[in-house]
Amino acid sequence: MTQHTDITMRADIRFLLGDEERSLRNIDPQMTVLDYLRLEERKSGTKEGCAEGDCGACTVIIGEPNGDGGMAYRTVNACIQFVPTLDGKQLLTVEHLKSKDGSLHPVQQAMVETHGSQCGFCTPGFVMSLYQLWLDGGEEDRGAINDALAGNLCRCTGYGPIIEAARNAGGVAANDTTEQKRRTDLATRLSDMVKDAGTLAVEHAAGRYYAPRTSDELAALLVAHPDATVLAGGTDVGLWVTKMLKRLDPIIYIGDVADLKSVSETETAVTIGAGVTYSRAHDALGRVAADVGELIRRIGSRQIRNAGTVGGNVANGSPIGDMPPALIALGAKIVLRMGDVTRDVPLEEFFVSYGKQDRMPGEFVQSVIVPKPALGMTFKAYKISKRFDQDITAVLGAFAIRIADGKVAEFRAAFGGMAGTPMRAKKCEAALIGQDWNEASLSAAQLALASDFAPMTDMRASKEYRMLVAQNLLTKLFIETSAPDVATRLVGKEAAHV
Amino acid sequence: MSDPSANSQTDDLLAPTAGLSGGVRTASKHDSGPKHVAGEAVYIDDIIEPFGTLHLAPGAATIAHGKITKMDLSKVRSAPGVVCVLTADDIPGVNDVSPAHTHDEPVLPDGLVQFYGQPVFCVAAETRAQARAAAKLADIEYEELPAVLLVDEALEKQLFVAPPHVMKQGDAASALAKAKHRRSARMEIGGQDHFYLEGQITFAVPQEDGDVLLHCSTQHPSEVQHNIANVLGRPANAVTVEVRRMGGGFGGKETQASQWAALAAIVAVKTGRPAKFRLDRDDDMIMTGKRHDFIVDYDVGFDDDGRICGLDIQYAANCGFSADLSAAIADRAMFHTDNAYYLGDVEIRSYRCKTNLVSNTAFRGFGGPQGMVAIERIIDEIAMTVGRDPLDVRIANYYGTDDRNTTPYHMVVEDNVLGDLTDDILAASDYRKRRADVEAFNAQSPVLKKGLSLTPVKFGISFTTSFLNQAGALIHVYQDGSVHLNHGGTEMGQGLFIKVAQVVAEEFQIDLDQIKITATNTGKVPNTSATAASSGADMNGMAARDAAMTIKNRLITFAAEKYGVAEAAVRFVPGKVIIGDQAELSFADVIKQAYLARVSLSATGYYATPKIHYDRENASGRPFYYFAYGMACSEVLIDTLTGENKVTRVDIIHDVGRSLNPAIDRGQIEGGFIQGMGWLTTEELWWDDKGNLRTHAPSTYKIPACSDRPEDFRMELWSSGRNVEKTIHRSKAVGEPPLMLAISVHRAIADAIASVADHKVIPALNTPATPEAVLYAVADVAKRMMQNVGQSMPAAGE
Repeated sequence: MTQHTDITMRADIRFLLGDEERSLRNIDPQMTVLDYLRLEERKSGTKEGCAEGDCGACTVIIGEPNGDGGMAYRTVNACIQFVPTLDGKQLLTVEHLKSKDGSLHPVQQAMVETHGSQCGFCTPGFVMSLYQLWLDGGEEDRGAINDALAGNLCRCTGYGPIIEAARNAGGVAANDTTEQKRRTDLATRLSDMVKDAGTLAVEHAAGRYYAPRTSDELAALLVAHPDATVLAGGTDVGLWVTKMLKRLDPIIYIGDVADLKSVSETETAVTIGAGVTYSRAHDALGRVAADVGELIRRIGSRQIRNAGTVGGNVANGSPIGDMPPALIALGAKIVLRMGDVTRDVPLEEFFVSYGKQDRMPGEFVQSVIVPKPALGMTFKAYKISKRFDQDITAVLGAFAIRIADGKVAEFRAAFGGMAGTPMRAKKCEAALIGQDWNEASLSAAQLALASDFAPMTDMRASKEYRMLVAQNLLTKLFIETSAPDVATRLVGKEAAHV
Repeated sequence: MSDPSANSQTDDLLAPTAGLSGGVRTASKHDSGPKHVAGEAVYIDDIIEPFGTLHLAPGAATIAHGKITKMDLSKVRSAPGVVCVLTADDIPGVNDVSPAHTHDEPVLPDGLVQFYGQPVFCVAAETRAQARAAAKLADIEYEELPAVLLVDEALEKQLFVAPPHVMKQGDAASALAKAKHRRSARMEIGGQDHFYLEGQITFAVPQEDGDVLLHCSTQHPSEVQHNIANVLGRPANAVTVEVRRMGGGFGGKETQASQWAALAAIVAVKTGRPAKFRLDRDDDMIMTGKRHDFIVDYDVGFDDDGRICGLDIQYAANCGFSADLSAAIADRAMFHTDNAYYLGDVEIRSYRCKTNLVSNTAFRGFGGPQGMVAIERIIDEIAMTVGRDPLDVRIANYYGTDDRNTTPYHMVVEDNVLGDLTDDILAASDYRKRRADVEAFNAQSPVLKKGLSLTPVKFGISFTTSFLNQAGALIHVYQDGSVHLNHGGTEMGQGLFIKVAQVVAEEFQIDLDQIKITATNTGKVPNTSATAASSGADMNGMAARDAAMTIKNRLITFAAEKYGVAEAAVRFVPGKVIIGDQAELSFADVIKQAYLARVSLSATGYYATPKIHYDRENASGRPFYYFAYGMACSEVLIDTLTGENKVTRVDIIHDVGRSLNPAIDRGQIEGGFIQGMGWLTTEELWWDDKGNLRTHAPSTYKIPACSDRPEDFRMELWSSGRNVEKTIHRSKAVGEPPLMLAISVHRAIADAIASVADHKVIPALNTPATPEAVLYAVADVAKRMMQNVGQSMPAAGE
């Protein structure tokens, strides 16, 4: 470790498994939490259903100090989380829930009472998602339950009894002082476990893993290892390991970098640190525009949003990432850093071509700056996929439009799923700007769109559908901005006419 | 006295037996529920591995059809942790796991690749990760052959996995020629992946003498046993298969377990080490069969009321590269061409097409859904043509009770409850009023459109291969009165084990918790049929009751003799046995006395379904013991700009006869409906032009999620339900029929699409109704409406 003499390093991964302390040395840093539980701990309650974070059978809960003296809990998919990311945290699995006297936890009991399990294989994952709801105080609203369970697939029950169990299970009372004290004590215990212990650096024969604590450490590490895989939520990188069987060496994890975890908001913009998960960014971004909030609600699942970051969604350059088109339409910028040098790049310029971004080796995304729409500007985003929840988008259209005196004064349109990168539809924009906002100009814009893009056919949609629906999304925009009484949405109705 | 088909008087009761905990008609909880929720239910991958356990991974072909010209596995063999590598040359016995003994499904192919992703070799290593990594290192070269990926091409080239089959009644051609109205069209019906949450897995433990014990996630332990014995070149008694529970099956583990079981068994026997084969999800979806996709061409004749007078219908089933169960599946589609309707003069032809794709297999409904979804579309098209409400056309075509009651396979429908069920669902769903509401909504909503549909289900119960309709059970009563229950049925989550245990509790009049439910094991009950065809509780319940009655009759004989009363005076009542006026003993005390008196307290039970017979050659007979019925009314909302769609309300009334367990039955109905809804809406299988399945994981293959469950979901077990046949406590099978209730969703979507052209143009909606399919149908309907302005009759959409 001579190359990092200015950073104090430590080799053991420290965390709590339930209430038991673990200190792991010499572990392959890309071993998943699921494999660790099943193969090392021999705790087989957590199941593997897909090993790609899409079925939720492996759902576990990560607890960590919330920075305010208490604990923050979140569900994640154990199948795509690497073990070293547990450092300084508490891992709760289905085995944790029963009382010492053997009685079932209220969420487990509710599931039994409602006949919420049939084959039972998805059940531990559902129980953990329900346990998260219970930890958060319980939930009776169907929509909120849908959102909490979107990442748990059940093939047997049709979900009815599980929804009922969620409603019946109750939750921690807000004024439960015993629970509050337990959480305070736990937060202290976890903080003490890694306090002053230095930066985690796992150097295993199979590969290396570094978890810097500050941006300066991160910058130094990346300069030293410009070829490193930068790991944030792991919702994409995890699959490189579980499905593509890649060896990643070294991995530099940004999830423990404290100063990349901030969300700041001014009257004109929201700035999201690269280590901020979708769940944590949701509220602030939802205030940028209702449709941004609705879009985030449908990105991945609760488990995915609890791990995946806005920065990661940008940095990985996916042509179908849900957030980038919306951010491009809003005119977002990203801040990149290498060593001590930072630079701003408009997001639309960051995506060079399919699989290629304007990020140099050793450089990292530090933050994303999302401007709020100026007065008079309307923002709309439409995500089209086969399934409403937890589905990768076929086409995403995001529009920022300002109408003044019946004319289109400003218009930015960005699409995902239409090209090798998320991209603006500049001919379409040009066809509208300065024109009357009416059916004739709409038709012209739709025609222009056909020359902006030449989409592909794949398993999500044909190229013909992609173009047709992209054009129709302009119609939807037109109706929503000009005929507010017309119902236009099957989901996310609240965002339709704001 | 031990004839289980001689139903006891209590069979017809609606209420559970008072004083008995967990008898029949009780909503007992799933026996594994508390273990499921605690993560303590043991699935095969959870069994603690003995020291030295090896792990297997498959090596897959990367072409759809061709000869292997070179297979260099040296890098695979020398990879870290690799212990052995298997190819076709390493199969000790017969290299075939075809379920119907068609000898067309090699464990590993001997030089000929028949679908993209077909396993061509297999690695066993110290860890699963090592095996998966090693499997990527093969150097394989092929001589590619033309691949047939489309059903139409197979049909044109007459490539079949089994001979075509015809079923007919009367003279369809002349009936069609005489018909007032006539319509012909084509429908394409998509397949479906099972997406059981627990993938295929077998854990093979070597035994002495080269025998092997297989813990296998299978619906058909006996078939795995026999297949693996053949593959090993050993007699059946060298192989024991055990399955405590599966993490879902849905038909996908009826035949699909054998290949992986065979490879694990070979490794176990060859190395003397335990060997586990658990497929990765992607491999599972690529390498195992699915629901058959179909192309249906039909020509229907009907009168002004929409009553069908003749039908010529042709099915082309995409079977994939081998026969598997395709012949029986394609047959069942033919058997359900009628659904609930008297078809009159009808000719049904079926082609079992061979393509270079994974071999399709059983899936809940077993071909029935494909037959039914076609006739339901036909009915809707007739209704639009004659301008009647589709429900009225359905009713007009229902089977009669005294006439119009023979099926296309010449079976008389004796248990028709369609009329009564329709009355009840009409009231429950308020269909007539909501039809008007939907029209009113659509009139004022230009973008979003509602659709409504009410469809019936009539599903034939019994394996149509008659000899499969047999089951066995084994019951031991121990000296303390506790009961060990075993039978040939397998538990995949459907609640079979608890239902059968309830039957035994009822028979002995003991509480359910005195009965130990045990893993299905070929060493306990041999020569079983698959747990399939919805037959699990019907057959295994009867077999278990037979075993229980044998023991009970021995106890009655013993007690009557010992206490000097007539046998009729010995009565089993909750928790005890009343022996005339001589004694009143607990069940345990009777058992203790019987043991001391040297009465056998162990018995096997057996059941063979009565009345059924079928002459397949002439497609005539009574293949089904009875029919299960149900009805559903679905309301949907579609977005005409995007094709997105959502089910907003569902009403279901389903006939389960006298329910053995209302809670379990409700779970089957709701779960089946949602699974069927997924098949018909979001679940799309997509192969690229190389025959490579690109929807091979939940990221790309979309089964319904929580929010897809309709907000307003109303379901009732039909209160008048009663099986006219002497089934187990007059219950009806429930596993498959509810899946087809979801056809109402597809029809409601079509109804919403048709509203775009004021129901004047027939939408050509195939399945699944993805947003893309719906948007195209909307655009097509709108276009044809424009074209049809001035014409009298809408053209058919192809």
